Amino acid sequence: MTAYRVEVRVMPRAALLDPQGQAVEHALHALGFGEVARVRVGKHLLLDVEAASRDEAAARARAMCDRLLANPVTEDFDVAVGTG
Amino acid sequence: MPRVAVVVFPGSNCDADTLAAARAAGCDAYYVWHRDTDLQRADVVVLPGGFSYGDYLRSGAIARFSPVMASVAAHARAGGPVLGICNGFQILCEAGLLPGGLMRNARQRFLSRPAWVRVESTDTPFTRLYQVGEVLELPIAHGDGRYVADPGTTAELEAGDRVVWRYVRDNPNGSTNEIAGICNAGRNVVGIMPHPERRNAPVLGGPDGARVFLSMEARNATQHAVDVRAVGDSRV
Repeated sequence: MTAYRVEVRVMPRAALLDPQGQAVEHALHALGFGEVARVRVGKHLLLDVEAASRDEAAARARAMCDRLLANPVTEDFDVAVGTG
Repeated sequence: MPRVAVVVFPGSNCDADTLAAARAAGCDAYYVWHRDTDLQRADVVVLPGGFSYGDYLRSGAIARFSPVMASVAAHARAGGPVLGICNGFQILCEAGLLPGGLMRNARQRFLSRPAWVRVESTDTPFTRLYQVGEVLELPIAHGDGRYVADPGTTAELEAGDRVVWRYVRDNPNGSTNEIAGICNAGRNVVGIMPHPERRNAPVLGGPDGARVFLSMEARNATQHAVDVRAVGDSRV
């Protein structure tokens, strides 16, 4: 078993209003960053996962997303596994 | 007198108001701690408002795994009435007992003020004493109150008369179709974002929320009348 560093990114579903992203975008425009568009704010989680392989670590992390870390109604997620 | 279990999570803060409102309506109301799994023969289960687990991760996301929730789900599956108010509504959505979810208010800010909702359905255990079309003034106090569901689910809710309350005058949080509260397909599980327990007497600014709790009692009375008739029939 190896401890894999797993990064989970959870984002509000693209079709849904993201008021936090909008507020950040407005603030960036106010600061003169006029080139910015479509800002969205999500969550970034770091986990150490004990697993026999990278694939197993990724599968377990996806299961964690399905059960708890992301809400399938409102959020999308992706999982990246670092080296053990 | 219906037995009403008010579930207390770490971070619930409307549990005492909810208990008092249920008792004022003539219910035998009592608390059930979230680690308990015995609902003590509850007729009705209420998940009160608050900030269970500090709203960490997502509102209601952690509370839905509390030990009591398996019993709440079993009660709901057996057709038992369940009401989720505010954070309770969020927990019911997270638990999959109601469709959709609740996201950050469209204008970002936490809102604590009166709101107005129209009663859209009286065919639930918590609205039977209202009239369809009645407008109620009820307080809201939420940061994550924007009800969202995919278009298919929203169409199902509308077609099935499952939108129970809808915001009127203005939509405080940007919810889909001005939805303030819904019920499940079985009509026994109901969620509402505003707080009926905070508006159940003139001294609290008005009585508009009281019939949510009186409806529980009325349902119980009707149920008992049916039971008595059934017993009478069997004796004939």
